[in-house]
Amino acid sequence: MKFFKRLSLARIIPALLLFPLLAGCTEMGPGTTFDVKTSIGRQQLDLFMLTFWLGLVVIILVFAVFFFVIIRYRVSDDHDKSDIPAQTHGHTGLEIGWTILPIILVIIMVVPTVRLTMLQEAESARTADNDIVVNVTGYQWWWKFEYPELGITTANELHIPEGKRATFNLQSADVLHSFWVPQMAGKKDLIPGQDNVLWFIPDEGSAKDEPYYGHCAELCLGAHAYMRFRVKVDTAEEFDAWVAGMQGASLQKVSADPLIQKGKLAYVQKGCAGCHTVQGQHVGNPRYPDLTNYGQRSIVAGLEPNTPENLATWIRDPQIYKPGNYMPTLWSGAEGEEEQIDAIVAYLHSLGMPDVSQASVQR
Amino acid sequence: MAISRKPVSQAPDFSGGLFKRPTSSRGLVSWLTTIDHKRIGILYFVSGIFFFLIGGIEALIIRTQLTTSGLNIISPDLYNQMFTMHGTTMIFLAVMPMSAGFFNYLTPLMIGARDVAFPRLNSFSYWTFFFGAVTLNASWFLGGAPDVGWFAYSPLTSTTYSPGLAVDFWIFGLQMLGLASLLAGFNFIVTIINMRAPGMTMFKMPVFVWMTLVVQFLVILAFPAITIALVELMMDRQFGTGFFNPEMGGMPIFWQHLFWVFGHPEVYILILPAMGIVSEVLPTFSRKPLFGYPVVVMSGALIGLMGFAVWSHHMFTTGMGAVANAAFAATTMTIAIPTGVKIFNWIGTLWGGKIRMTTPMLFALGFIFMFTVGGVSGVMHSAAPADAQQSDTYFVVAHFHYVLIGGSIFGLFSGFYYWAPMVTGRMFSEKWGKIVFWTMFWGFNITFFPMHFAGLNGQARRTHSYSAELGVDWLNTLATIGSYILAIGVGIFVVHVIRDIINGQKVDKDPWDGRTIEWTIPLPTPVYNFDKIPTVTHRDQHWFDKHPELAHSHEHGADAASHEHVEEHHDEHGIHLPGQSWYPFIMSFGLFIVVFGGLYSSLLMVIIGFLIVFVGCYAWAFEGIGGRHIQPKGQSWYQ
Amino acid sequence: MVSVAHGHGNTSAHDAHHDEGHSEHRSTPVDDKKILMWAFLASDCMFFGSLIVTYLVYKGRSLVGPYPIDVLDIPLTTVSTFVLLMSSFLMVLALDSLKHNDIPKFRLWTAGVCLFGSIFLGFQVYEFSHFVDLGLTLQQNLFGTTFFTLTGTHGIHVTLGVVWLLSFLITSYVRPMTSKDAVYLEVAGLYWHFVDIVWIVIFTVVYLIEFIGIPA
Repeated sequence: MKFFKRLSLARIIPALLLFPLLAGCTEMGPGTTFDVKTSIGRQQLDLFMLTFWLGLVVIILVFAVFFFVIIRYRVSDDHDKSDIPAQTHGHTGLEIGWTILPIILVIIMVVPTVRLTMLQEAESARTADNDIVVNVTGYQWWWKFEYPELGITTANELHIPEGKRATFNLQSADVLHSFWVPQMAGKKDLIPGQDNVLWFIPDEGSAKDEPYYGHCAELCLGAHAYMRFRVKVDTAEEFDAWVAGMQGASLQKVSADPLIQKGKLAYVQKGCAGCHTVQGQHVGNPRYPDLTNYGQRSIVAGLEPNTPENLATWIRDPQIYKPGNYMPTLWSGAEGEEEQIDAIVAYLHSLGMPDVSQASVQR
Repeated sequence: MAISRKPVSQAPDFSGGLFKRPTSSRGLVSWLTTIDHKRIGILYFVSGIFFFLIGGIEALIIRTQLTTSGLNIISPDLYNQMFTMHGTTMIFLAVMPMSAGFFNYLTPLMIGARDVAFPRLNSFSYWTFFFGAVTLNASWFLGGAPDVGWFAYSPLTSTTYSPGLAVDFWIFGLQMLGLASLLAGFNFIVTIINMRAPGMTMFKMPVFVWMTLVVQFLVILAFPAITIALVELMMDRQFGTGFFNPEMGGMPIFWQHLFWVFGHPEVYILILPAMGIVSEVLPTFSRKPLFGYPVVVMSGALIGLMGFAVWSHHMFTTGMGAVANAAFAATTMTIAIPTGVKIFNWIGTLWGGKIRMTTPMLFALGFIFMFTVGGVSGVMHSAAPADAQQSDTYFVVAHFHYVLIGGSIFGLFSGFYYWAPMVTGRMFSEKWGKIVFWTMFWGFNITFFPMHFAGLNGQARRTHSYSAELGVDWLNTLATIGSYILAIGVGIFVVHVIRDIINGQKVDKDPWDGRTIEWTIPLPTPVYNFDKIPTVTHRDQHWFDKHPELAHSHEHGADAASHEHVEEHHDEHGIHLPGQSWYPFIMSFGLFIVVFGGLYSSLLMVIIGFLIVFVGCYAWAFEGIGGRHIQPKGQSWYQ
Repeated sequence: MVSVAHGHGNTSAHDAHHDEGHSEHRSTPVDDKKILMWAFLASDCMFFGSLIVTYLVYKGRSLVGPYPIDVLDIPLTTVSTFVLLMSSFLMVLALDSLKHNDIPKFRLWTAGVCLFGSIFLGFQVYEFSHFVDLGLTLQQNLFGTTFFTLTGTHGIHVTLGVVWLLSFLITSYVRPMTSKDAVYLEVAGLYWHFVDIVWIVIFTVVYLIEFIGIPA
């Protein structure tokens, strides 16, 4: 019986094995750091896995001894006081041994860590002519992306071509933010008055329809939790087409569809145009997101799929998707407002899209 | 029990006589004016538990909001206030005062002293802490709590982005808490250096006392950095200076450096007391001496020392440059060496012992288990390039809760179950204690283990919600369920502890078969601590007094010290107990008025407050020691 | 008040049992109050260290003038530095007199320390107001921000020191003081010397370094 009592503690061990199973059950979403699409991200992952496996070995060894000891040497709580074990005070050999052991493990980790840190710094200096340069500016609580060499400004959705090096000059317009695309590479902070740079090269073949997930990773109050963005990795052709669209003469054109024209009017009347620039149409305030070619965007406010319903919800009450943000609610519940919202949605969705027939736009 | 209340002959009770010197030993006044390290220790611990519950409620609100994605149970603003106050409360108002409770109650008992070196200063520390805690939490009712995170990164804290008083409450509250910690730090350094019992050399001190000493050095060397940072922030907010204002050329990043120069040693301020407690509990319940005592002590000191050389590992993603990142990654990893050595020595202590699974022992073993997990994930962060993916995610949240709850809190609970019978003279129910342990253990692990995966799958921390696409909803639901289990465990703890304080089984001495000299004292501890100051010849003195046959087998050179014989000066009155005093409380109250004057820009209040402090200071200085004499009951082991 | 026995009529805001004549055991021969002061000074080093680091980090980062070189007056500050140094010398004499029970001289030298400390403070007040006249304020630029905060904090330390030492002077007229009180004065002296040394560092870092390589 005593033996079984001793073993009662051992029951904890199989229960603990349940925890690693969590890892297996966890599906990898768009925020995963395990399925990365850049070489720099893979280097970071490899280093992580090195520390992980070393840590796992340490944990298994320590716990094996730990549980063995407390099971083997356990006595009952009211064990005879006079039964005194050998009073060992220490053992110099053991002390030296288990000081050297962690030293070795630390060396195994320090060397690749220092090497990779230095390597990444060295590589960041190596730039080429055909790099894509993006000036990223963080605002409370959205992202501005400017392509100085291409003369393009956009917000919350970043386009980069696969296989080319993308360099991001990170600046903040107000408080700290942090630029993080988990499937590309580790994050870097945006700090007012400090020029931080991050770069990565999306793998050939990493272009896909679903844009990659990005997030602000430094507390910036208010809607920080909803300060998300997307990274659309394009093939060379897709990227060229997008650039052409953002620069082209099509920016001057708006469909003659009456709903869209009504939307354009409402966009001005309700004051949207006071903040949100649409190149070729409205000059807003550079402190607020640029909506040029909005119809090509895949998401609303960096958060939800860009469907007419979602965009209408966003315009109707910006606090639903993005609680805490600065965009005002423009509606008082008066007659005809729903129609105005629908018209603005139609107008925004027409931007950058081919001019479709009147019938198909009709809702 | 013969207590003589004759006035001390050669110290007439003259005071700078604003108040009659309080003498009551019961009631509110006796607590407000107490200078007894044991009572102050109790005040600290009870305050710590109180704020631990408050911080826990804040944590439950946070977890509830995060149960699944897309919830809006509390607003983002309130959420930010919740996690800011949760962090600040747990660090400064829960773990630190709970540790301070142990420092106060135990240090004099473990080194064989009647009190700390400066008892009134000790009282001043507590009341300053108390008013600091009040200031910080008053913000909830006076316009909203601070919401900038416990690290309060600039420029979020500037008047532009944080108008209103919330950040000022945070600044002033923390300044008072810092002052309290600093003064306590000086006090305990003097106490430990100068008030050890005859024969107790530094390397015969219990490990807990050693860790206390290391922590106090960390406090006095680390807190100045945050004090200056807070002063500079206050000047920015109140007087428009440019320390952290980018428009004047100030660098927000400099705040981070100052903050973490304090912040990282602070982490060791939180964990080292628990390590000290575990180093006392394991030997007692293994019936063996601590394995490798000098190594454990030196590892602790080394961890403290190296804590000053690793602060920038909190800033790997701020663009410090490769050299700084590599250097701080390397220094951080080296901390794994002394930490690992400590864990090995604890296991060495258990090896070959007679292990009794009492409640304190369970908590101590739980500490080793979870601290090892937290330690390993800590080393994983230190690889700077990999940390770029981990920093500011739930992976980090999981890591530091493993070391702060699984480490600090479990260690402190272990110490509570171990030493609290000294205070109450009653035992706690082993059955309920074990239920508390297992509930907390599983609750804790279910809460925080899934967070590792949530973080690595992209869930950022300090966020009001998260995206459903990340696929971490169920991990968060699991964590929330776990947090409620953990809370139930803490709830059972509170209820059964209160019950057992009132009618637990009475015990009069040495219930655990303890090893160190505090267990020579009859329970509950008498006001004068020791009948007679013990003379120490061994580590684990009490153990060798009980088992003299074991005394000579080890520890060479023990005899040398035993001849150092100091006769305590005993006059016919008995043991002298210094008098209680109003002035520490009054001075703290004066500071409180200064702080509120500062908060509400009332020069008058500031002046009145400083006058109170000034007058209190002189009245205190000229008050004299006062006090009374008391005859010991005579129940000591050494009688 | 005169009846106060030796040992409590001190100006230190701290207390210790063994001054009561109950010679409780102490582990080292050093007085508790001295260890306390040493611990405080270690901590104070970190306070000033943080402030000096702040000054150095922001050195040369001011966006607008006046810049250090425009306003700092080395000869003037050299005089005030010399005065503060001399006060430390007087401090030593004051302590020595008290240890030898020479109360008149103790009073003379202590008054001297307070006077010299006050003169130093007078210089600082003059300097501050002069700088404000020149357009350098806390809010003007980072030099103003860091300079006033650093030297102001030092000035507060000197002020507290003067108040503390004045308390000794006053106490000596209220009740008899003897060599047994010397330990309190010694603790105050430690503080005073420290504040003095810190000024030497500040004088070097803030004033002298600015003029390296510039012909007088």
